[in-house]
Amino acid sequence: MKCQKCGVNEATTHIKTMINGQYTEYYLCPDCADKMGYSNMFGDFSTEFSNLLGSFFGNALPERTQATRCPFCGSTYNDIVKNGIVGCSQCYDTFRDELVPTIRRIHGNTTHCGKKSTQWRNSLQNKKIATVQKKELTTTNSKLDNLKKQLQEAIQAQEFEQAAKLRDDIKEMEG
Amino acid sequence: MDNSIVVSTRIRLARNLKGYPFPSRLDSKRKNEIVQKVYTALKEGNSAISSDFQLIKVGELTKAQGLSFVEKHLISPEFINGDKDGRALVLKDDKKVSIMINEEDHVRIQIITDGLNLEAAYDLADKIDTLLDENLDFAFDEKLGYLTQCPTNLGTGMRASVMLHLPALQKTGALSRIGGNLSKLGLTIRGIYGEGTEPKGAMYQLSNQVTLGISENAAIENLKNITEQLAAQEVKARETIMKSVSMKDTVHRSLGILKYALAVSHDEAMELLSNVRMGVVSGEITGITCEIIDKLIPEIQPATMIVTAGENLDPEKRDILRAKTIRERLGA
Ligand SMILES: [Zn+2]
Ligand SMILES: [Zn+2]
Repeated sequence: MKCQKCGVNEATTHIKTMINGQYTEYYLCPDCADKMGYSNMFGDFSTEFSNLLGSFFGNALPERTQATRCPFCGSTYNDIVKNGIVGCSQCYDTFRDELVPTIRRIHGNTTHCGKKSTQWRNSLQNKKIATVQKKELTTTNSKLDNLKKQLQEAIQAQEFEQAAKLRDDIKEMEG
Repeated sequence: MDNSIVVSTRIRLARNLKGYPFPSRLDSKRKNEIVQKVYTALKEGNSAISSDFQLIKVGELTKAQGLSFVEKHLISPEFINGDKDGRALVLKDDKKVSIMINEEDHVRIQIITDGLNLEAAYDLADKIDTLLDENLDFAFDEKLGYLTQCPTNLGTGMRASVMLHLPALQKTGALSRIGGNLSKLGLTIRGIYGEGTEPKGAMYQLSNQVTLGISENAAIENLKNITEQLAAQEVKARETIMKSVSMKDTVHRSLGILKYALAVSHDEAMELLSNVRMGVVSGEITGITCEIIDKLIPEIQPATMIVTAGENLDPEKRDILRAKTIRERLGA
C-alpha cells in the first residue's frame, strides 16, 4: 500500500486518530509519519500492526466469498476480516484467493523460502520416489513392447536363433 | 563483538498443529490437549535437549509471577491477559529456551542468549522445532510456508531480534532518523522498557519484519549486518559525546546517585544505569562491568522484585528495596 500523504513510498505506519468525535485513519510512509509527528518507531509495533491488518482486509466482498465457510473451523471470510486473524490452517486454502493480496501487501511477496516441515519433506520424497518408480515402469513396459514386436518380426522372418534370444530377454524382463 | 552494545539475542519461531483451529477458536479442553501433546513431544523426543523442561500452567501463576516472566522477556504481556486456561509455558532450566503454548499460535519457541549470537540461537531453535515437528506434524503450505494465526508471521514464522543499548544515538536524536530507514530494509526498532517516545534506559529491540519469501539464514544475515552497522554508529556517537565534560559529569553523577540513594524509582534507575553502562564501556568508570548492570536490570523490574521478595511491595517499598539492591550490586 502506498503512503496516503505523498503517494510515492510504501506505507508502513497506520494512524488512527479521533477528530471531532470521528475516527480518521491514515497509512503513511516513515518519512511522512515523521514529518507529521506520527513516528511510531517506539510504539508497540505488534498491536499497531494487527490493527493495520484488520483494516487491510476490509474490501468489498464478492457474494461467493460471503457465503463460503471454512469446512474445518467454520470461519467465513467476514470473520477473518472482522477479527484480523485467520481461523485455522485450512482457512488459508479455503480463502486463498482472498488472502493472497493481503499477504502480498504485508510481505511484498507470496512464496515461502526457507525451512520446510518434516511431514511435507517426507510427502515430497514419497511423491518423488513414486514418480521415479512410475518412470522406470513405463520405460520397462515400452522396452518390453519393443522386444515383443521384434520377436514377432523375427518369427515371421524365420530367424529362429534371433527369436530364441529375444524370447529369453522377454522372459527375463517379465521376471 | 562483545556485549557492550548488543546486550542479547532472541529467536522466536511460530508454529501450529494440523488438525486444530488456531488458539482464538479453541476451547480450553482442546487447548489443554495441545499442551499435553507438545509437552510429551518435548519430553519423549529422542534428543539430548529434551531433558530439563518444566511445564508451567499460566492459570496457576500469580499476577506478579506472570509479570516477572514478561519482564524477563520469557513470555509476552498478552500471554497473561484474558483467558489463561489452556495456556502453558515450557521452560528449560537455564531459562534460555521458553516455549509458549496457545499464545497467538499453538507453539512459540523462543531462545534468548547473551550478546550477538544469532546463528547459535537459531540453531538451537531449529533443533527444538525439528524435534517437535517430527512428533506433532506442523501446519505447512508449500507456497505460504508455516501457517500462522496472523498472516504477518507466515513463511518462516521466525522473528529474530537483538537487544541494543543505544544511549548515544538516542541522546543525539539520530535514532528517529535511522528508524525510518530501517523499515525500508525490512527491520523494525522499538524501545524495550517503558511506553511512549522515550524508552527508559536506551534499550531497543531491532527485529526482522518480513517472514515470507526470505529464508531464515538470509533474514539473520540481514539483521546481523544492520546490527553491526548500528553498533558502529553508536560507538562513533559515544566517542563524540563522551568528549564533553558535561557528559562525563552526567555519567559520574549517575553512578553517584545509584551508589548513595536510599530510594530510586524504576524509570530513574533505568536512566541512571544506562548512563553508567555507557561510562563503563567508554572506560570512564572502572570497577563495574556491563554484565553486572545487565544482570541488575531485570532484577529491579517491579514484578520481579515482588516475586523475589515473596511479598507484595507497594511502590515506595519497591523504590527503597531497589536502591538497596543497586547499592549492593555496584559494590557501594
Ligand atoms: Zn509518504
Ligand atoms: Zn478454517
